[in-house]
Amino acid sequence: MLIFEKSLNGRTNPSQAPSEDSVIDDIPQHLLRADEPQLPSVSELQAVRHYTRLSQKNFSIDTNFYPLGSCTMKYNPRACNKYAMLPGFLNRHPYSSERTGQGFLACMYELQQMLLDITGMRAVSLCPLAGAQGEFTGVAMIKAYHQSRGDAERSEILVPDAAHGTNPATATMCGFKVKEIPTDENGDVDVGILRQVVGPNTAGLMLTNPSTLGVFERHILEVEEIVHTAGGLLYYDGANLNAIMGKVKPGDMGFDVIHMNLHKTFSTPHGGGGPGAGPVGVNERLRPFLPIPYVIETSGEYRWAKEDDCPRSIGRLSANMGNAGVLIRAYIYARLLGREGMRRVAEFATLNANYMMRKLQERGVDMAFPGRRATHEFIVTLKKLKDKQGVSAMDVAKRLLDKGHHAPTVYFPLLVPECFLIEPTETESRQELDSFISAFAEILQETETDPDLVRHAPHSTPVRRLDEVRAARELDLAWRDESN
Amino acid sequence: MPFIPHTKQEIEEMLAVVGVASIDELFSEIPAELVSEQLTHVPAGMTEMEVARLMTARSQQDGNYINFIGGGVYEHHIPAAVWELTTRGEFYTAYTPYQAEASQGTLQLVYEFQSMMTSLMTMDVSNASLYEGASALAEAVLAAVRVKKGINTVLMPRTVNPVYRKAVNSIVKNQNIELIEIPFSIENGATDAAAIQNYSDRQVAAVVVPQPNYFGVLEDVDTLTDQAHEIGALVIGVVNPTAMALLKPPGQWGKEGADIAVGEGQPLGIPLSSGGPYMGFMCCKQKYVRQIPGRIVGRTRDEQGDTGFTLTLQAREQHIRRSKATSNICTNQGLMVVAATLYLALLGPQGLRRVAERCHHNTNTLAQKLCATEGVHRCFNQPFFHEAVIRLDRPVADVLSAIEAQGINGGIDLSPDYPELGNALLTCATETRTIDEIESYATHLERILSR
Repeated sequence: MLIFEKSLNGRTNPSQAPSEDSVIDDIPQHLLRADEPQLPSVSELQAVRHYTRLSQKNFSIDTNFYPLGSCTMKYNPRACNKYAMLPGFLNRHPYSSERTGQGFLACMYELQQMLLDITGMRAVSLCPLAGAQGEFTGVAMIKAYHQSRGDAERSEILVPDAAHGTNPATATMCGFKVKEIPTDENGDVDVGILRQVVGPNTAGLMLTNPSTLGVFERHILEVEEIVHTAGGLLYYDGANLNAIMGKVKPGDMGFDVIHMNLHKTFSTPHGGGGPGAGPVGVNERLRPFLPIPYVIETSGEYRWAKEDDCPRSIGRLSANMGNAGVLIRAYIYARLLGREGMRRVAEFATLNANYMMRKLQERGVDMAFPGRRATHEFIVTLKKLKDKQGVSAMDVAKRLLDKGHHAPTVYFPLLVPECFLIEPTETESRQELDSFISAFAEILQETETDPDLVRHAPHSTPVRRLDEVRAARELDLAWRDESN
Repeated sequence: MPFIPHTKQEIEEMLAVVGVASIDELFSEIPAELVSEQLTHVPAGMTEMEVARLMTARSQQDGNYINFIGGGVYEHHIPAAVWELTTRGEFYTAYTPYQAEASQGTLQLVYEFQSMMTSLMTMDVSNASLYEGASALAEAVLAAVRVKKGINTVLMPRTVNPVYRKAVNSIVKNQNIELIEIPFSIENGATDAAAIQNYSDRQVAAVVVPQPNYFGVLEDVDTLTDQAHEIGALVIGVVNPTAMALLKPPGQWGKEGADIAVGEGQPLGIPLSSGGPYMGFMCCKQKYVRQIPGRIVGRTRDEQGDTGFTLTLQAREQHIRRSKATSNICTNQGLMVVAATLYLALLGPQGLRRVAERCHHNTNTLAQKLCATEGVHRCFNQPFFHEAVIRLDRPVADVLSAIEAQGINGGIDLSPDYPELGNALLTCATETRTIDEIESYATHLERILSR
């Protein structure tokens, strides 16, 4: 039932609106609204109960194991939320003066410094609002760099075929053409083809390492040399930073620019789809182009670097300075972990993934790259199951929901047939991993004994499998009061 | 303190399962020369108690100012239930609802949000939100240029928030889109509608129309909309959502209504929080639904014919279309949408209207009280809403510093962005300001100016 169906005209929540009557007599009639918007008229209890019940229809990290590959669904410490929501942080207006924001700015500055250390870059800006905006920022800086050198014919961005969709979409948004580089049979970038494809048109290469195939790109130094020799720049997609934090620095691998997903590696909440935060780090040659604002410190005072400080900046990407509340949560997380904790994150994320991979292999599940070490995630392929039983990876994913586990990422990367990308994260206990492995094995059994049970899963969720074709064909995107 | 549950014995057993002697061996595929030393600029870890102490001190360091700043971001009362529920783990720690059956809570909520926004804007379609207001405007510009294939010019009034204009430019210039500034009248602060007539058919993809504009001035939205449509351009409305409880919404502007409406959703239950996270909203006419970016939730049926909700029209998006997607956007501001939906449900149509009315009443009172001082005048003689421009007889920055020393954030100095207005100050008083606070501001201003 929708909140609108609980609504009754004339019902109000007097405690939630100003008590004084106001007379509006200075706005001409033709600028005023004649009708009333169809917002629900419900009591506070009705609203609270409605949305509490809705929340209970979600899977979440707080309620379920959530091994969604490439999403890093780890525990979001409650302290990060609690202390980011202190009134001093919440009530500060973004346009109030820097004098009245030194406590906040100190946190931002220190976060910048920590991110520099972790990534091995030379300068960082916290303002991108999500990973995709971080990517946009990075590629826009690459463009500005080439333009500043009069090297404007560099019109192509190279992207491995296993890359996240945001990589090619970002390159297009920045006005580049996209060329895909194939992957070799071991999951590394095909260096031979890369060598043939690079040239005077190459603006840069976007790479995730560890890659979206759940393996570390072993030829990274060779890739770096090929791209740089051709005059291109190297972009690091930080989606998988959780796998190497404190162990390897992207700057040491030769990357010129990187974005980080703080909602992954720094455990800020995914919030059902956002907000994220996608800070960018750069090396010396891209420093002048960093987006504004970012925090600078002079003799113990913090302030924002703006247009006057950075005349060659690619500019602003939003009205303010970034998703401040998310950045504060990331800062708190980083302080809780500390340097040794960060290293342990990468180590235990990797241990959990390799343990699960081996356990699933023991149960007869095929790996996409059986000869490789898992990083913090790994890829399972259920192609044999699909061929033999006609049960798809999506069917198995839906059946996992019945067993109380969120499904792994399904059908990504696109080049592995019937795949799961599984990322357990470091915060899950061995019991959880074992429970998932047992559930997986049970489902494989069910595909033999009762394949329809799996094909029509899920059975125990608030709704059964949804008709997505109908959703797209008969668009119903907003409720309308049909009684009027 | 990395939140790792493993015991020593478990670690040993797990390593044995994997068949390695140590955790380091798991990283053996990484070239040895790349493995880094200990981090140097990350301090040692802290306990929760130590972090609590640190963050409390940092947050208290920034004091507690009475706020008269607006500029597109407003301090409103947020009902207690909004964030009590928004931070429930089931909303807070869920992922994007790709597995619809396990995400009906988020999905239904977004569908309700879309319904509320379309009604508030009187548009057909709303997406599930974008990052924030300025980048939402940039996305609207890109969508308009997609609709008007081959036309790369967009008219942008100078009365649009300057940081929005800057952000839009940094985002769209990479696709060779040109933003042409339309001037405003110095007398009344409203966009010069005649300037649109300088452009002829098929020259302009879209005209941006703010309501209220950055100065709080009410634009003649009907005329602007009709003139834009006459030259074949789309109309992109940029509006304050609170204001739409009171003012004519974009869908009703002129003869045909605006084509796309965007804006900053922060006033709907989202705290100031130094600038984010907020959320941008985007609504459009039905015929442009395939051109807008961002997630969209649709109502459908499940296998047994029961009602359910799912993400739809995903063929526009980057994870399907890759380099041909409408945008690279991969997130919405999910949690902010939860807050906004709760806010609108708790306020209801009448509550939201009372908030809008009170904001206007308070700003009106503020403007009158401030202008009672000699040398202080209203800048524009034009209907306004919720925000007002005041002209002083000396540099605004100095006055704002002096006011700040009294614990008051007085507003925004417009002189860097609008030198043509002289010593102009943008100020506002939302429903949260009391008459005592307003009078205190006026008294301090009078004293400072009499020095």
